[in-house]
Amino acid sequence: MNTFKQLGLVLACISLFFACKNESQEAQSTTSVTNTEETTTERSGQAFIQDDEGTPNCLQIAIGSPDHKTLVAAVQAAQVENALVNVGPLTVFAPTDEAFAALPEGTIDNLLKPENKNTLADILKYHVTPGNLSTTILTKLPKLGQANNQSVQVEVVDGKPVIGGANIIASVPAGNGIVHVIDKVLLPPSE
Amino acid sequence: MKNILKSIAALVTVLIAFTSCNDTKKSDSKSGALASNVAEKVYVAPGEHDEFYAFVSGGFSGQLAVYGLPSGRLFKVIPVFSQDAEKAWGYNEETKPMLETSHGFIPWDDAHHPDISQTAGELDGRWVFINGNNTPRIAKIDLTTFETTEIIEIPNSAGNHSSSFVTENTEYVVAGTRFSVPVPQKDMPIKDYKGNFKGALTFISVEPEHGHMDIKFQLIMPGFDYDLSHPGRGKSHGWFFFSTYNTEEASTLMEVNASQNDKDFIAAVNWKKIEEYVNNGGGTMMPANYAHNVYDESTHMATSTMKKEVLTVNPLDVPGAVYLMPTPKSPHGCDVDPTGEYIVGSGKLSANLTIHSFTKMLDAIENEKFAGDAYGIPIINFDDSLAGVVEQPGLGPLHTEFDDKGNAYTTFFISSEVVKWKVGTWEVLDRQPCYYSVGHLMIPGGNSQKPFGKYVLAMNKITKDRYLPTGPEVTQSAQLYDISGDKMELLLDFPTVGEPHYAAGCPADLIKPRSKKLFPLEENNHPYATKSEADTKVVRDGNTVHIYMTMIRSHFSPDNIEGIRVGDKVYFHVTNLEQDYDVPHGVSMIGANTSELLIMPGQTETFLWEPKQEGVWPFYCTDFCSALHQEMQGYVRVSAANANTPLKWSLGEDIE
Repeated sequence: MNTFKQLGLVLACISLFFACKNESQEAQSTTSVTNTEETTTERSGQAFIQDDEGTPNCLQIAIGSPDHKTLVAAVQAAQVENALVNVGPLTVFAPTDEAFAALPEGTIDNLLKPENKNTLADILKYHVTPGNLSTTILTKLPKLGQANNQSVQVEVVDGKPVIGGANIIASVPAGNGIVHVIDKVLLPPSE
Repeated sequence: MKNILKSIAALVTVLIAFTSCNDTKKSDSKSGALASNVAEKVYVAPGEHDEFYAFVSGGFSGQLAVYGLPSGRLFKVIPVFSQDAEKAWGYNEETKPMLETSHGFIPWDDAHHPDISQTAGELDGRWVFINGNNTPRIAKIDLTTFETTEIIEIPNSAGNHSSSFVTENTEYVVAGTRFSVPVPQKDMPIKDYKGNFKGALTFISVEPEHGHMDIKFQLIMPGFDYDLSHPGRGKSHGWFFFSTYNTEEASTLMEVNASQNDKDFIAAVNWKKIEEYVNNGGGTMMPANYAHNVYDESTHMATSTMKKEVLTVNPLDVPGAVYLMPTPKSPHGCDVDPTGEYIVGSGKLSANLTIHSFTKMLDAIENEKFAGDAYGIPIINFDDSLAGVVEQPGLGPLHTEFDDKGNAYTTFFISSEVVKWKVGTWEVLDRQPCYYSVGHLMIPGGNSQKPFGKYVLAMNKITKDRYLPTGPEVTQSAQLYDISGDKMELLLDFPTVGEPHYAAGCPADLIKPRSKKLFPLEENNHPYATKSEADTKVVRDGNTVHIYMTMIRSHFSPDNIEGIRVGDKVYFHVTNLEQDYDVPHGVSMIGANTSELLIMPGQTETFLWEPKQEGVWPFYCTDFCSALHQEMQGYVRVSAANANTPLKWSLGEDIE
């Protein structure tokens, strides 16, 4: 009986030590909080909410598309996910993998380098404009103000809108706007 | 013995373990200070008071919520433009007139931008003003009673959005129209909008003693949409700045058609000049019809008066009073820094912030550096009033507030963040995410020369996964950041009532000492007040019956009433005889087609009951007032419409 009691005490000791150990581990991780915070906030926000009931948003559509692997990789590298998932409404022009492949050799690899994150983000934001703009509405607009603060021209060719020289191949309504699949990457004009 | 020794040894070990644990904790809290004291920063111990009041509008709830900061605790929801059954606001006979308009009784509005009164450019904590958007109104809330005491309707206005901001001595509270409309209203084709619709900017004078509001003049501007506004202060006192969009003057598919111009305007209005003009007889009196509703604390009753004319001013008649500063694209926020020098335009479709200089603006006016005019109003060259640009700080800039250290804080709706930047150098200093889709933000004293730069409160439109889910509708939220250091730190994330659209904050010390505890009974001038149980009575006047009733712990007087007939209109005028802090009583009658009454000590309130069935019907106290609250009740005997049961009332005896 006594042995049991002692065993109990020993167990209590052990568990306390363990508790202590855990705590100091936690403490160690919080000590470095100032360093890790930046990276954690970059991976938080609406883009990372699990929701499989609503209509997919612009980002989810791109992720789910077999033709937009480069675009998705670029969005992730530039960490602009949250710009594509907010309530919007947004119009996103999504160049296909083929469109990216048509860029001069090495362009994409270069842009995906961490030091070019801002340039890449600027290019990607040049593919986004506020408003839920159908192709019909697009034919009525001479230009669009893009999220990187530059404008892209809209021409109408054979009754269809051509955005900065890119043709719209398909349009997919999104939960927070519309995704127009385009056949060319839009490059912001140098100022 | 051995066993006992062993046990002791084991116990000692346990104790050591505990002690060492404590030691570890202590060193932890030192090393992880940044992360571990967040809770401490918002913890206000039970019984302690918060440092700041935050008045957070309820948006489409039509109300104003009072929170404490830094705790985020909710103290009161003040009904303003919405009926509130809890407080009988808009239900009792005394406050129904507060919701009268030229369109009749309107029990709801969309409450947006609270602003606290100021003296000499600093918060004085006397009143909060707030706008109703939908049926244009401005309300004044008295911060001694935390009740809405005045509402004025705004004629010639629609979507009263660039409101209700006060000048630095509360000379005026300003209300700008969002929608331009025909002025005066008339039947005309919508397609003829352009050039024909007008936008009224209304300057409401505030009487210094009691805060009574009166429309001094309306500036009848071109038919743009006027989004937000802020007063000049310090050197720019005497001016008011309004952001505009839809300078395209479109009337359909606005999300596209109102976004075509690269630049809209911030309108700069020299109201002192216009004030002088109207004081000298300038302006045109125009027939109008708008309600002015005033609650009188002495009679505990509101009266509604219809006003029949309004003084209008054509900006072209007052040269030098109105200018337009081009500002990219569809600016929402229009915010003036504490020095009054910088006017920040947040073009919601722009990725940059545009900052105008008041000094440069004056110089441009002086030297006529104009790029043309809009309907005769001079447009200042963009570059000639431009002080600087914050380059690509985020997506969807919305609203900027300032601290007392020369920093500005701007919310970005699309990128969902607060960005801190330096006024003057325009460099971005810090950014923190908001969860999610932040609208306005608030620093106590933000719309004044003296901000209290300890906290910023960001108000979010969307929370998605941030709280326990409550079905399709989930709470909106406010987030508190500590801004006392170089970097902002998220402290607290609390749910709000309705849409937390905008807020005003104030040090508690400015308000707390003046908060009223009760209404002295001897000062109650309500026409149906009953100041002692001896004076209670029931008076019949045809089919109308007035019950002069009192309440005190724990009975009504009278509590037995006979002689009421089916079809009567029975008014219960109930006076709370208590003269003790925080002892309200409530009263409700079975079958009354209204809310309960909640009556403060010394106050009289009235509800109407129209009995439809014979019988003996009870009433009772609805506010848990005392140990014998459950005994606080009474009966009314209702006889047939043609019965001749005599009218009698009593307390504590059988009705004879």
